[in-house]
Amino acid sequence: MVTARVPGASAPPPGRRRSRVPQLAPAWFVGPATILFAVFFGWPLVSSLLQSFQVRQAGQMVWAGTQNYSRLLNDPLIFASLGNALFILVVQVPLMIGLALVLAVALNQAWLRMRSGFRVIYFLPAVTTLVAYAIVFRVLLRSDSGVVNQALGVVGIAPVDWLNDPLWARIALIASITWRWTGYNMVILLAGLQGIPRETFEAASIDGAGQRALFRWVTVPLLRPVILFCLVTSTIGTLQLFDENYVLTRGGPANATLTPVLYLYQVGFKGLDFGYASAIGWFIVAVIGILSLLQFRFLGRER
Amino acid sequence: MGSRVGRGPGTLLSRAIVVGALLVGAVISLFPFYWMAVAATHRTSDLFTSPPPFLPGGQLLDNILALQDEIGFARVALNSVVIAVVYTVLSSLVSTLAGYGFAKHRFRGRNLLFGAILATMFIPYQVTLVPLFQLMSALRWINSYQAVILPFLASAFGIFLMRQGFLSFPDEIIESGRIDGASELRIFYGLVLPAVRPQLAALVIYTFMSQWSAFIWPLLMLNREDAYTLPVALNTLVGQSHVDYAGLMLGSFLATLPVLVVFLLFQRQFISGLLGGAVKG
Repeated sequence: MVTARVPGASAPPPGRRRSRVPQLAPAWFVGPATILFAVFFGWPLVSSLLQSFQVRQAGQMVWAGTQNYSRLLNDPLIFASLGNALFILVVQVPLMIGLALVLAVALNQAWLRMRSGFRVIYFLPAVTTLVAYAIVFRVLLRSDSGVVNQALGVVGIAPVDWLNDPLWARIALIASITWRWTGYNMVILLAGLQGIPRETFEAASIDGAGQRALFRWVTVPLLRPVILFCLVTSTIGTLQLFDENYVLTRGGPANATLTPVLYLYQVGFKGLDFGYASAIGWFIVAVIGILSLLQFRFLGRER
Repeated sequence: MGSRVGRGPGTLLSRAIVVGALLVGAVISLFPFYWMAVAATHRTSDLFTSPPPFLPGGQLLDNILALQDEIGFARVALNSVVIAVVYTVLSSLVSTLAGYGFAKHRFRGRNLLFGAILATMFIPYQVTLVPLFQLMSALRWINSYQAVILPFLASAFGIFLMRQGFLSFPDEIIESGRIDGASELRIFYGLVLPAVRPQLAALVIYTFMSQWSAFIWPLLMLNREDAYTLPVALNTLVGQSHVDYAGLMLGSFLATLPVLVVFLLFQRQFISGLLGGAVKG
């Protein structure tokens, strides 16, 4: 191979025809992406880091040391929003990944008819426009005479004040997110399952393993990397939650569904406190980094 | 029926339970779509009657007119289409070019640059929102198409996906193209690109759907009614004191319809393309 970076550094060996890549060719291919990343990601990253150490005084951004960060560590709303995100993380992510795993195993059964039909149906929520589905859930979950409460009434359960009660609002949020993302994770897990040779399962069941043992001792260990992928992406997604809770509850009631990104939005773009919003942004970066690292550490071993 | 797998007296029963549970799950998956469509054809006042309507009504046309009146639906839909289409074309182009450059060209700092781009996938983009907002304000681009389109054109996922596609393309063919005197662009366009059509299809579909649904950035960039995209416009309806729920359901249905159609037409390419990035690259 001729490399572009050393044009003419060594003469091509005689007797072999060598072509030459124009020196600037790679720049035409990776240049646009590189410039876009530098301008719209690299520079904003640096800028927000700098601004996170600044506060506005008399209309001017002035250096303020770690003032924003010490404010952050004493801000109950930051911890409320992080607590909400962690609550959703602890309840919703295992629920969803578990459900997705069970569905994937069910759809991997050779005897089942219409498997691809089921796959499409379960995946469908994942392509819905975020705002649209949050709106639909808002309407379905309306306290007075919403469809869900009416359905509960049929089986004799009193209406639930879904979006105005702190606990129920969280549950409503969890239900909505689970509805949208379970099929997505299922499709990824199913692809992982299909990568496991069928003989592995057959060998295990000939050895006398029942369905449950098969699941526990064959399926889950072999799927470990894929499950880890789903866990990490779902964790990141949960900590970046904005669309759903913004549309469903605007973060309410009483900040019960306030998430870090929604708080960043309120501080930065409603309160126009850019310095503090930048600090919140870096706080989110740190939290996501730590959680991803922990997951890799504790679940990523022994693959 | 496979007798090897089906043993024991409980098998038939357990299969029936599995199928039953799957059907219930399918109904839960589909019901919100169905109800959205049904609700779009009724009056708001009829949506919360007991029992609620489960069959289409006759209000569709009235609701369309009302929605046009409330959010200027035609204009908003046009904004959404223009932004999503232009974004998809440009972003796919950038990703494809970069993916090819990283897969098949050698240059100083290639691995470092590619690593840096991949690393952006692990940094939540929300941290860049404040400076990006300031940049767009300084450029006086608020309420413009380019403000929504430009900042997120380069996609690490897209570059990664396309690079994976190009990697398996044989170097010898590229080399023979060079020996024949074809320009680098000609080689890319004529020889290599046709080979990655499946990845490109997946990328285009994925890019379109993600921009069509994009919310927080358009919400920050667009504050004039005639500049809104569909999700932003629908969001303003939610905030009103007297909510037109039927209009909201119609708007949500119309906002979902294009992605639904695109997905159902191309679901095979889309799912396999998506998995290209997830399960074993």
